[in-house]
This record gives sequence, C-alpha cells and structure tokens, in this order.
Amino acid sequence: MLGLLASVLDGLLIGAVYGLASMGITLIWGVMDVVNLTHGAMIVAGMFGVYLLAGAAGVPAYATLPIVLVGGFLVGVALYWIAVHRVIGQPPLMSLLATFSVNLVLVGLGTAAWGTDLFNVPVSLPGFSLGRYTFPGTHLMAAALTGMIALALYFFLYRTRLGKAVRAVSGNREAAGLVGIPTSRVLALAFGLGVALASVAGMLIATMFPFTVLSGEAYQLKSFVVTVLGGLGNPTGALVAGLALGLLEGLTTPFIPVSWTLVIEFVLFVVVLISVPGGLPTLLRRRRSA
Amino acid sequence: MKSIRLVAAIGAFAAVPAFAANTITIGMTVSRTGPLNTDSVSQLRGSELWRDEVNAAGGIKVGGKHYKVRFVEYDDQSQGGRVQQLYTRLILQDKSQFLFSPYSSGLVATAAVISEQYGKIMLIGGGAEGKTYELGNKYLFQCITPADQYLSGAITELKEHNPHAKVAFVYSDDPFSKAVVTAARDQAKQAGFSVVLDESYPPATTDFTAVINKVISSGADTFLGGGHYPDGATLARQLHDQKAGLKWVSILVAPDSEKFKTLGDAANGITVPSQWEPQVKYKPAFGPTVEKFTEMYRKEFKDDPDYHAASGYVVGLLLQHAMQQAGSIDPEKVAAELNKIDTTTFFGRNKFATDAGHHGLQLAHQMVLAQWQMKNGQLVKEMVWPDAARTAAVVYPLP
Repeated sequence: MLGLLASVLDGLLIGAVYGLASMGITLIWGVMDVVNLTHGAMIVAGMFGVYLLAGAAGVPAYATLPIVLVGGFLVGVALYWIAVHRVIGQPPLMSLLATFSVNLVLVGLGTAAWGTDLFNVPVSLPGFSLGRYTFPGTHLMAAALTGMIALALYFFLYRTRLGKAVRAVSGNREAAGLVGIPTSRVLALAFGLGVALASVAGMLIATMFPFTVLSGEAYQLKSFVVTVLGGLGNPTGALVAGLALGLLEGLTTPFIPVSWTLVIEFVLFVVVLISVPGGLPTLLRRRRSA
Repeated sequence: MKSIRLVAAIGAFAAVPAFAANTITIGMTVSRTGPLNTDSVSQLRGSELWRDEVNAAGGIKVGGKHYKVRFVEYDDQSQGGRVQQLYTRLILQDKSQFLFSPYSSGLVATAAVISEQYGKIMLIGGGAEGKTYELGNKYLFQCITPADQYLSGAITELKEHNPHAKVAFVYSDDPFSKAVVTAARDQAKQAGFSVVLDESYPPATTDFTAVINKVISSGADTFLGGGHYPDGATLARQLHDQKAGLKWVSILVAPDSEKFKTLGDAANGITVPSQWEPQVKYKPAFGPTVEKFTEMYRKEFKDDPDYHAASGYVVGLLLQHAMQQAGSIDPEKVAAELNKIDTTTFFGRNKFATDAGHHGLQLAHQMVLAQWQMKNGQLVKEMVWPDAARTAAVVYPLP
C-alpha cells in the first residue's frame, strides 16, 4: 500500500513537469494554431543551458532558471520571426513542416556540438522519506517551481494588459488587430513564452535525470498526450492533464510491466482524440451541464 | 569531341582509388550518434589505434608483400536499418575485403546477415549475444565473451558475501541484455538466490523512478541488469537519488566507461562485468602487452581505454595474425586460420567454435568484474573478481 502511495506521489511530481513542458506547446497552439515541433529541441536546449551554466560557469543549478527562461524566450522570439511568422494563417501542415525542419536543424547542430553522449548535472538536495521510499529533493523542487511558474503564467495571462492582448489574439486575431493590438508582435511574444516554458521544463528535467541531445523526443511525445488530454490551447488544462498523466503512471506501474506505460498513454491519446477532442475541460463541462 | 572523350577518360581514371594495389580495405559502421555512441566510438578508437600502428610499421607483411590498412566507416546512428544498407554499400560499392562489426548485439545480428550473404569475414568486437552464431554462419568470429557469461562473475562473488541474496533483474528490452539476464536468472537460482523482481524496460527509457519504486517494494537487496550506456548511467544515478537500500548493484556496460565517474557518489560501489581492464595480467603471444596498449591509447586519446577500445584493437590484431599465418589475404585461407586460432593477446585468450551449430562463437575469452571505489576522495575502478585479477577487495555492502 505504501508502495502504491509512493508511486502515486512520484507520478504527480513528475507529472507536474510534464504539465510545465506541455503548457509551452499548448500556449503556442492556442494563440496561433501552430504545432511547435521544435518543442523537444527546446527542452534539450534548457537541459544544456543548466549543464553549461552549472558545469562550466559554476552557477548554482537552480539559479540558472531565470537565465534559461529569458534565453528560451529570446530564442523563441527569434525562431518565430525566422520560421513561423511567414506560415501564420497558412494550412497547419505548413507550420508543422516549418517547425519540423527547424527541429532537425537544431538537433543536428546539437549532435555536431555534443554528440549523443549522456550528460549529468549533479544536484544534491535533501529528499523526503516515506518508509523505505525516498522522494529526491530534485523532484520536489521541480514540482514546486513548476507550481510557481504556472501561477506566474496565470497572473500574466489574466492580470496584465499584455496577457489580455495574448488572450485577445488567441480569441480572434482579426478583431484584436482592428482594436489596435499589434498581433504579429503578440504572436512572437506567445511563441517566445511557449519556448521559454519548454526550456525551463528541460532545465528542471536535467536536474533530475541525465540526458542526451536526443532526450527531447520522449518528452515531446508525452507533451502531445498531455496537450490533447488537457484540451488544445488550454495552459491550465495542460498542467492538470500533466498531473493526471503522472497520476496514471503512478497508479499503473506497480501492477504492470513498465514497458506497457507508453502503450497505455498512447491508447489514451487516441481514445481522447476520438471521443473527447476537447480533452478533460470538455469532459468536465459536459458533467456540469448534465 | 575527341578532347571531351579524353577528359572523360582521365576523369574516370582519376576516380579509381589509388590505393587498390597493396592496400587492404576494411569496412565497418560506427554509432557516432544515437544511444550506442559512447561504447561504439570507443571500439572504433581501438581499431584505429591498431590500423595506425600497423601502417606506421609499413603495413601487414603477408607473403612477401606489405599491405597498408585502409578503413571505410559510416555512422549507423545506432539503427539496424542503417546497418543493413551500409554493410551492403561497404561490400558492393567500397569493395571492403574484410569487415569489422558494428557495436551491440542487435546491430551485429543485422550486419551478419549481409556479411554472410556476400561471404565476407567479419570480426566481432561488440556483439555478445550468442544466438547470432547458431544460424549456420561461416565467416563470423566473435572476439569477446558471450552474453550468457556476463553476470556469472558477479553472482560468484556475491555468493561469498550473501548466499541468500534477493535479486531484482531490471534490464533493457534489447537482444544483448535479454540474453545476459536469461542466463543469469538460471545462474542466480543455482547459486541459491531468490529472484524477487524481473522487469524489462524500453531501451530509450529516460526516467526510472517507477522501476526503482518496484525494486524497493520487492524487498530486493541486489540489483542486476541495465543495458547500454545512457540507461545504465541513468539507473545508477536514480538508484542513488532514491536511496534504494541495495547492498549490491551490477550494471551492464555503462560503468565500464571512464565517463561513468561523472556521476560522482552515484557511481561509488557499482560493479560492472568487463571484457578487459588495464590491470589484467595476460602474457601475449604476439601484439602489444597490456601496458603498451594502455600507454599507446592514453597517448593518442588522453583517456584510459575501456574494454570496448581493447576489443576494437584485438579484432584487428587477430585478423592481422590470421593473414600472416595464412601467408595470403584470400578470405578462405584467412578464415581457415581464424578457425585454428587458440592464442593469448593483451586482451586475453581467444578461440572460436568451429562446429556448424555455433561457428564463430567465442570459447576461451574470460571476463573480469570491476567495481568503482572511492579512494582518497577519487573514484577508482578496481578489479574485484576473479582472484587472479583482483586489485582490491570488493566493497560489500554498497557504501
């Protein structure tokens, strides 16, 4: 029983980070209808950000968070103007191909620079024990920071003028333009924010697990599942869905071989896409109205 | 028109490789990228060291002629599909006369289909699974100890300290790791151990939290498993972070790499079955001594050689020996000499099975067991089994 509880708690802790990574992808989708396939590469960029800053420059691992956040934002804005701006408003396949191409370039550059070696960021934080089970301090810290970042994002989107502009562009780009909102700049801002969230998620993952240039792919796949589960374009839904996915992992892995986890997750992905395309929020709304 | 033809003829002539005369072309793929790259690149470095030594000495002297060695190698990206294409290219387009294997059992099994199809000799420096040698192949030669013996040293040594060990087998779902654990499961039971967890995981796994919770729930005091470098190193780090309460941890392949010590405290006490370590004391019948090989490698790569580097060197050394013994580079004659080999080099003893049911399987090479130990604040890899190779007493239980 204690084992199940530990597994569930661990699932929730890592689920929070899945949620953070997915908030980036879903924000971009919600605002500009672009599936950002550079997401995995940006997660890896965050991983290398903390590795280089903490390893080579000696910055304490968690102090790199604001640097990775700002760096990710700037890279995101640059990527928007280079690869995404031209395909805004085009069929979704265009943006898919554009971001996929940029992803290949970024992974290729990363492979040329660092190979596919495994990198480790040694972080020592006291953990929390429950009987024989230990929750590493890095996992607790990652979940706590995710909560803070999610709150900050919520505050930004719902309590600031700029956030309102982002939501206005997300709601109706033409109408937002007509009332004087510079839509292109807002789109660039949203893309930057999405990439910054992916980078910070990568930074937090790197404090928990060793990684390679190719690690982003696994987290990108999980982000898609979480995004669909949380409702496309809904950052709060993504965080809740991340926790739900972590919970699912925690509840199932004590009883089934871990090899089955991905199978279950992707079956869920297909089932949600077919039966509840709007994800968990639609399901909740249906319940309320019933 | 005439002049155009002349230019075309000169161009065509220039395109013919100039090294065709007294050069032996050896083809191979290397996982320069992908999850197998750490060990695969190490294996390549060993082979390159052999090639450079041979060429610096004027080439291989066979039947009164000196042959320089030329490598043709491609990045297989750790993917079987690439191996199949590239070994075909190495044979048909690059005209490789001999082949060295890629790294890892899965890729070797794929490459072996091609090499056998074209009747090319392929020496295997990194493919321990034994099944490949049960398919009636004639030109494969496995230079390393087969997978079924990987964990026997760890089990033998552990029995001395804990005759009733409760073992958790957690291993990558790949041909090599499964072959190792299939044999080790029986060996553990024969040793009187109980197997309390038996779980495989996808090779690309990046988070082992759930698996380690299972290890803790099972009440295991011993962990045997892993796969290749990325998963093995991640497992070690997370076993340490989650304080899994284990007394013995043996992880395949990953801890053999010098990079493993970048894990810091998480590496301390981890044991690894190894094909070779710089501390072994073999007396070679030919080729460099252990000390000489280690020194050459350090000089060239500014790093200590691991067993993949040593196996990469020995495949070249054995091929060279067979050619010299045959007095020819004719593949049939060289294969016949390889079949006869029963010799010791700096890498240890090598002898290949010659019966049709296991042709090419390694029969004589022995493994050692190494352990990362903390000495004066520094992580050092010590040999802890067998007694003849021991450089330090094993640290049990884990620090």
